[in-house]
Amino acid sequence: MELFVQLLFTGVGIGAVYALVALGFVLIFRATSVVNFAQGEFSMVAAYLMVVFAVDLGLPYWVAFLISIAGMALLGAVFNLLVYYPLRNRGYLPVLISTIGASIFLSNSVLALYGPQPQVLPGWFDTPGFQVGPIYLDSQYLVILAVTLALVLFQYWLFEHTLLGKKLQATSQDKEMASLLGIPVALMIMFTFIYSAVLGGIAGILVAPVLFVSIQMGSNIALKAFAATIIGGFGDVAGAILGGFAIGIIETFGAAYISVPFKDAFAFIVLIVFLALKPQGIFGERVSEKA
Amino acid sequence: MNMRGSLAGQIGYALVALVAVALAATVKTDGYVANILMQAATYAIAVFGLSIVLGLCGQINLAQAAFFAVGAYAVALGTVDYRLPFWLCLIFGMGVAFAAGALLGLSTLRLGGHYLAMVTISFQQILTVVLINAIRFTHGPDGVSSIGRPPGFESSQSFLALAVAAMAISGYLVWRLAHSRLGRAMRAVRDNELAASAAGVDVFRVKWVAFALCALLGGLGGGLFAGGFSYISPDQFAFSDSIVLMTMALLGGVASPVGSALGTGLLILIPEWLRFLKSVPGLYLAIYGAAVVLIVIFMPDGVWGFIGRRFARRPRARSSTAEPLVLGPADSGSDVALEVRGLAKYFGGLKAVDGVDFRVRRGEVHALIGPNGSGKTTTLNVVTGLYRATRGGISVDGVDITGLPAHKRTIAGLARTFQNIRLFRSMSALENVVIGAEREGNALVAGGPDAVLRRARSALAFVGLEERLHETIPSFSYGHQRLIEIARALAANPTVLLLDEPAAGLNTSEKKALHVLLDRIAAQGLTILIIDHDMTLIAGVAKHLTVLNFGRRIADGSTAEVLREPDVVAAYLGAS
Repeated sequence: MELFVQLLFTGVGIGAVYALVALGFVLIFRATSVVNFAQGEFSMVAAYLMVVFAVDLGLPYWVAFLISIAGMALLGAVFNLLVYYPLRNRGYLPVLISTIGASIFLSNSVLALYGPQPQVLPGWFDTPGFQVGPIYLDSQYLVILAVTLALVLFQYWLFEHTLLGKKLQATSQDKEMASLLGIPVALMIMFTFIYSAVLGGIAGILVAPVLFVSIQMGSNIALKAFAATIIGGFGDVAGAILGGFAIGIIETFGAAYISVPFKDAFAFIVLIVFLALKPQGIFGERVSEKA
Repeated sequence: MNMRGSLAGQIGYALVALVAVALAATVKTDGYVANILMQAATYAIAVFGLSIVLGLCGQINLAQAAFFAVGAYAVALGTVDYRLPFWLCLIFGMGVAFAAGALLGLSTLRLGGHYLAMVTISFQQILTVVLINAIRFTHGPDGVSSIGRPPGFESSQSFLALAVAAMAISGYLVWRLAHSRLGRAMRAVRDNELAASAAGVDVFRVKWVAFALCALLGGLGGGLFAGGFSYISPDQFAFSDSIVLMTMALLGGVASPVGSALGTGLLILIPEWLRFLKSVPGLYLAIYGAAVVLIVIFMPDGVWGFIGRRFARRPRARSSTAEPLVLGPADSGSDVALEVRGLAKYFGGLKAVDGVDFRVRRGEVHALIGPNGSGKTTTLNVVTGLYRATRGGISVDGVDITGLPAHKRTIAGLARTFQNIRLFRSMSALENVVIGAEREGNALVAGGPDAVLRRARSALAFVGLEERLHETIPSFSYGHQRLIEIARALAANPTVLLLDEPAAGLNTSEKKALHVLLDRIAAQGLTILIIDHDMTLIAGVAKHLTVLNFGRRIADGSTAEVLREPDVVAAYLGAS
């Protein structure tokens, strides 16, 4: 029982990271109808920025955090301009391939600059964790959960209670109509990329102390976050969050009870089963085309 | 499309291929060059597979390296661990790859492309994990060495010749596939899925077949790769290798096997020239990634497409006069060609169509009219199977089609045009119409490909466009595109022709020409169901009207009677 609760805590914590990256996927998908396969690299780049500023340059953790997040916002904007914008009228396949190219570029540029050695990023707090009864609560996992909760609430407020949020929603539902109403669609999409890069970046910074900071961390996280979005029902915000937690829990329990080497395969097996049996996901993507 | 015109091309291809095989079999090269050639030949086969899935069918496959691995491991484990003959292992590997491709396709192709991207990545990752960790079966990260070769091809030189020959043959098959019925169906699916299914193409089947063929070629390439290098390990077949294969296809030009081969050659040679870049880990792949983005943005058709456009020749229409178009709709003898019974379609709470009945009599022009939002197009979409009916039934020529998917309804005898024109835009007018003529169950094209071609020409001549049959769709005016769509429907020799607002967007003279065309079609006895807002056209061509308002039928009868009914006048002009 203790093991079960302990694993659940770990699974939910790692799931929160997947949920944040999955949110980035969903937001970009809703705004542009394409999947950004470089979403995971945002997490990886942000983690490396933290290593540079907090570890190498020795800046205070929160200063390094702010600089890294600003860097991610910039990366999101540049990404939008170079990778998405020139292809915006060319259908999903060219954009998808372009984001894959960008993903390879980002991860290998970091590899070229920083080398293949995995880096270590300390956690936000010096206290490693607390023992509550038989359960050990790792402080970084608590930070992950708290930040994820705050971000989800912030996003809810942003989309449901601000004019900017309404404009973003209008853009994602019907770009032509939105632009006829005077909403600067290109700017809204730019904002979406920036916001998604920041979300992915925060996820990367949060999870870095738990994992190692490595070139592969981006694609590992992104593939699972992507699986989460499909399980949750593509394009659905609540689904992405739930899907993220589901993947985190499945993989933690799979590793503990079934097989550690095959840990990374569980998410994908669940995903394929899901696609075969319930392709619309938990919440369902509205798939229809007007004749 | 011009099958005889490409005969010279085919002979040229055969000569080049023979010379290539002969050179590979005779010219002595050092091991380094031989290895590069071996890699290029086997990779090219896998890239041909991608040119089917990505180029012809417009689907994505991010697991080609995994299918390559399936072929490679089948040969490696088969010849080393189980002492089986090379050929048996190769065929087994291709079979497993084919089955895996078909299965992945079946599970996901009904959904959008991003699912397919994800599922193929998942397959790739799972396979990599298995290859590394299932050590007792796969030898794990150490890989498999001393892989066997088939008798007669034991030397590197002769095996290279074998690989080049396999490459030449698969390249030829992929090249010809594009101009076969299946290949045309794939291109139709790529250009416009809805129109493809409305033209009688089984979209789902076409997609999984494309996918399975792609995987099959991946398996073939992989099997030959294993034999060629006699050593393989899991890291040769990683996700990044799938990306490399896809980049090769994109760089060369995904639309043609020549482009694919060119791309493969370039991406194997360029890194060899840029070997010094490999001294900094990552730099080389970073350039690779940036190249992918640049290629997609600046060379959408790849290097070969880029070159091809410089030397593009427009094939001339041969001056043979087309035969007159014969419309011989199937006729079971019953008086009703199309019957709609209590048809309803709800979108959530919205009752777009709510219990509509009408019968279209054989040989009659029947119009479905009503104000905007009255449910006309929804009715047509339910009848043709783009939407599933909430309630009610539909029969064509006495056969119930209510439960059939769209392409089966077309096979059953429906043909339609769309309110917003849906043509296969990258294809020529003739190819568009050929796809219509190829409808399964079209009794008038029993004479094989030549009969199909003749019928397509006749249909284009019928609408007055036979002079321009080799031009691609974007070069036609809006009005002419409408005519091509009608020609595509007519070529299918349907039992009932359904026209969704054919006059929308046409100018006055085009409308008059359309009116004449519809009269000519009706004169041949084809049953027509037409939707339009132009009452002059409707009153001129239709014998029978069904009027809808708010998803219900408010009038039904002969044109003259219905137009006098007060309800109809009120719905159109507003109640006074």
